[in-house]
Amino acid sequence: MPALSDPAVPAAGKAAHTKHSVEELDTVVIRLAGDSGDGMQLAGDEFSRSVASAGHDFATRPDYPSEIRAPVGTLFGVSGYQIQYSAHEVFTSGDAPDVLVAMNPAALKVNLADVKPGGMIIANSGAFTGANLAKAGYEANPLTDDSLAYYRLVSLDITGLTTHAVEGTGVSKKEAARCKNFYALGLMLWLYHRPLEDEVADIERKFRATPAIAAANVAALRAGYAYGDTSELFPVTYQVRKAPAHPGRYRSVTGNQALALGFAAASELSGVRLFLGSYPITPASDILQALATLRNFNVVTFQAEDEISGICSAIGAAFGGALGLTTTSGPGMSLKTEAIGLAVMTELPLVIVNVQRAGPSTGMPTKIEQSDLLQAIYGRHGESPVPVLAARSPADCFDCALEAFRVAVKYMTPVILLSDGGIGNSTEPWRIPDVTALPEFKVSYRTDPEKFQVYARDEHLARAWVRPGTPGLEHRIGGLEKDFLTGNLSGDPLNHQRMVETRAAKVAGVTRDMPPVEIEGATSGDLLVVGWGSTHGAIQQAVEQATAAGRKVGHAHIRWVNPFPTGLGEALKRYRRVLVPELNLGQLSRLLRDQFLVDVIPMNKVQGRPFKVTEVYQRIMELSA
Amino acid sequence: MSPTTSIPLPLSKKDFETTQDVRWCPGCGDYAVLNQVQKVMAGLGIPREQFAVISGIGCAARFPYYMETYGFHTIHGRAPALATGLKMARPELSVWVVTGDGDLLAIGGNHFIHLMRRNVDLKVLLLNNQIYGLTKGQYSPTSEFGKKTKTSPLGSIDRPFDPVGMALAAGATFVARSLDVDQEHLSGVLRQAAQHKGTALVEIYQNCVTFNDGSYDFLTDRETRDETRLLLEHGKPLLFGKGRSKGIRFRGSLPEVVTLGENGITEADCAVHDAGAESDATAFMISRLGQPDFPVPLGVFRSVEAPTYDGLSEDLSATARQRSGTGNLEKLLAAGTTWTIT
Repeated sequence: MPALSDPAVPAAGKAAHTKHSVEELDTVVIRLAGDSGDGMQLAGDEFSRSVASAGHDFATRPDYPSEIRAPVGTLFGVSGYQIQYSAHEVFTSGDAPDVLVAMNPAALKVNLADVKPGGMIIANSGAFTGANLAKAGYEANPLTDDSLAYYRLVSLDITGLTTHAVEGTGVSKKEAARCKNFYALGLMLWLYHRPLEDEVADIERKFRATPAIAAANVAALRAGYAYGDTSELFPVTYQVRKAPAHPGRYRSVTGNQALALGFAAASELSGVRLFLGSYPITPASDILQALATLRNFNVVTFQAEDEISGICSAIGAAFGGALGLTTTSGPGMSLKTEAIGLAVMTELPLVIVNVQRAGPSTGMPTKIEQSDLLQAIYGRHGESPVPVLAARSPADCFDCALEAFRVAVKYMTPVILLSDGGIGNSTEPWRIPDVTALPEFKVSYRTDPEKFQVYARDEHLARAWVRPGTPGLEHRIGGLEKDFLTGNLSGDPLNHQRMVETRAAKVAGVTRDMPPVEIEGATSGDLLVVGWGSTHGAIQQAVEQATAAGRKVGHAHIRWVNPFPTGLGEALKRYRRVLVPELNLGQLSRLLRDQFLVDVIPMNKVQGRPFKVTEVYQRIMELSA
Repeated sequence: MSPTTSIPLPLSKKDFETTQDVRWCPGCGDYAVLNQVQKVMAGLGIPREQFAVISGIGCAARFPYYMETYGFHTIHGRAPALATGLKMARPELSVWVVTGDGDLLAIGGNHFIHLMRRNVDLKVLLLNNQIYGLTKGQYSPTSEFGKKTKTSPLGSIDRPFDPVGMALAAGATFVARSLDVDQEHLSGVLRQAAQHKGTALVEIYQNCVTFNDGSYDFLTDRETRDETRLLLEHGKPLLFGKGRSKGIRFRGSLPEVVTLGENGITEADCAVHDAGAESDATAFMISRLGQPDFPVPLGVFRSVEAPTYDGLSEDLSATARQRSGTGNLEKLLAAGTTWTIT
């Protein structure tokens, strides 16, 4: 289909969708792509907010370069935002976009291979200049050379139309150019029958400090919306049926936001101060930023001078009786290693969040990977056991944050919470919990000096937590091995063995607090798919599809990866085969083989991208045949 | 549960002694420091349970085990970071850091600088013996250039740095130096440090009898000490020598030793020490003094009031509560755009 010429900008405010037929859809996947300075993330966020308020289930995935403003027009500078929303439950941001909005040639080049065959491409022809085409490596203009004949190409000069639309709002030429993401957003809102006025109100709220920019963005948005209606480029518009979701009040959250909320909730429910010691690092900084705004709660944040100070300050706070927290990503985790050992040895409650990213070393800071699992479980000198749990989705981060602190305090142990750059930055709807229905979180400190022994243990093998300032309980702790009872320094050989074994037994005992392994789908049969963390959505959907295709497939998604839930070993043996998809080279596979002597089949991807449902589905179909 | 009560004040040195055997080498300067710290703490009028002593790794870092207070023997170099977290979580506690030259100035150098600039209300006792003791005798960041040790058999090519100058440059509000064996001077400095609101760094020259014995003899020998020590006293001229017969005069920023009575020089020509000066420039100039051309300054270099980091942190919270009301979890969870599905 040849590109149509750009019609003149229509007047805003006309009744929309007057002469277009409407197609009802169950699911749609949209990807917005442009330069990293084009505001694609903002446009995407706004679109998902609009979709959310209509009650759709959705999942998003931002994909951006680590450069803040990579050189304009380059392939590596492309920033993308994908959203899937649906009439059904949504588990991932979708495999292949139905619609790609490409703001320049590089964005088209990078993303075209992912677009569904026959999918729609909305291209900003204004950016398809000779220079930009060259930067993207195009010899001819793909908008005019028929190379996109297998797609529904809609080509319009978003740059020019935006400039025209914002005339008279008083913004500079540069500022005007930056409104084009709102032009594209307006067009998409129109195409998918989303209300315009909500978005106008939101822009006015967001940009209230800069009224001229707000006015320009609104003008661009309205123009994009009206363009859809009048241009006749779109014979069909789309409406996604509503999802029959669970009743309740919802909001949209990213994983990092949900973690911050969960930690604040831990403090509120326990009545104990939350102390976060942290050093900014992608993609974990959002948690520090979010908690820094909660000073009116009993939350204290400390931007430390380095990663080590971040965790050590949190350990100091824990020694003081606070909920000690530190947040980081892979490289920071490596730096915190020695201090985690100190928390193990001194048996203080502490939560360490690792929002994993592609490694090793600096790796790919903004890209997803699950390659720090073995580090979390084993990455310390000495026998240094730590409970480890992994969040499976943005909304799940809230529950994980609370659960991490419950276990840390109950067992007097550091707990590592694994998230990743995928769920950290992705959004999904979150049913806002009823605060009064959240389970109680009681924290008690020892105050009785009678027969006090620093390392005397309760039935969970946890020692007592004592706040400095309590008379008669003055005591010393530290990294040197301690006497089993008194906590005095001890180099006694048998005492060391006893302490090492006791610390291991304490952490192993955390299983008592977890439900036994949960399996969705077939509880025995041809194939069990075992996953952990952010691969949940893709696996879940793939297993559902395979089940619908008649396969006997189960799915176990492990929340506490150390120690494993009870019943996992038995479950593995109830299936002919076990498949373990992971975004690493087989770390959970190793753990399962090691603990259960089961020859699991690894499925590994390390491309800085999540699994596609189809990838997992195909492998399931091969193995369950 | 039996009721818990504080030991009635005043406390004595004995109240701060633990039952643990002190395991420093016989004759180690750390004993003298421990002794003075216990005495000084007893006299501060603070209940014993309000003290927390935090250390890193090294000989000096064993300190908490010998103090009947709350104590934490942490990891190498990190005591300032850990103590900062403790103080921010519990600003009402009196938190002391005991550290050494390797611990604070080598592996913990970064935390040291940032602690000084932040002015967290911590008391930092730097036991400087110019050697690594616990690892048995390697040169430290304060060892003299050319020093021969196990790891510098041909002489160290590291230039030593001066923690007092470093602390001042980083914006410290209280910086002092004393000597392990001069109990009177040490207790006076420690008391002033304890009363300072903000980070108080006390560098204590401490003799390592085993690996660096005699490194401070020039400051402690009766024969030489009058010539080698410059005792800083706020508001008094910089005088030293037998019978306080010499003084320090600044010509611009350059110091010189003058002899009173020679060439008509009187006390009035000598610089007067102002530990509370707004500018840290003079304190820094004084910190540059030392052997071989000048006596070594001992005493309080600088003591100025400034908001503490932990205090500012509490202020942030108070202001936030004033502005937006005490946090409400229900409202927080439901903030932003929400939608209801029925």
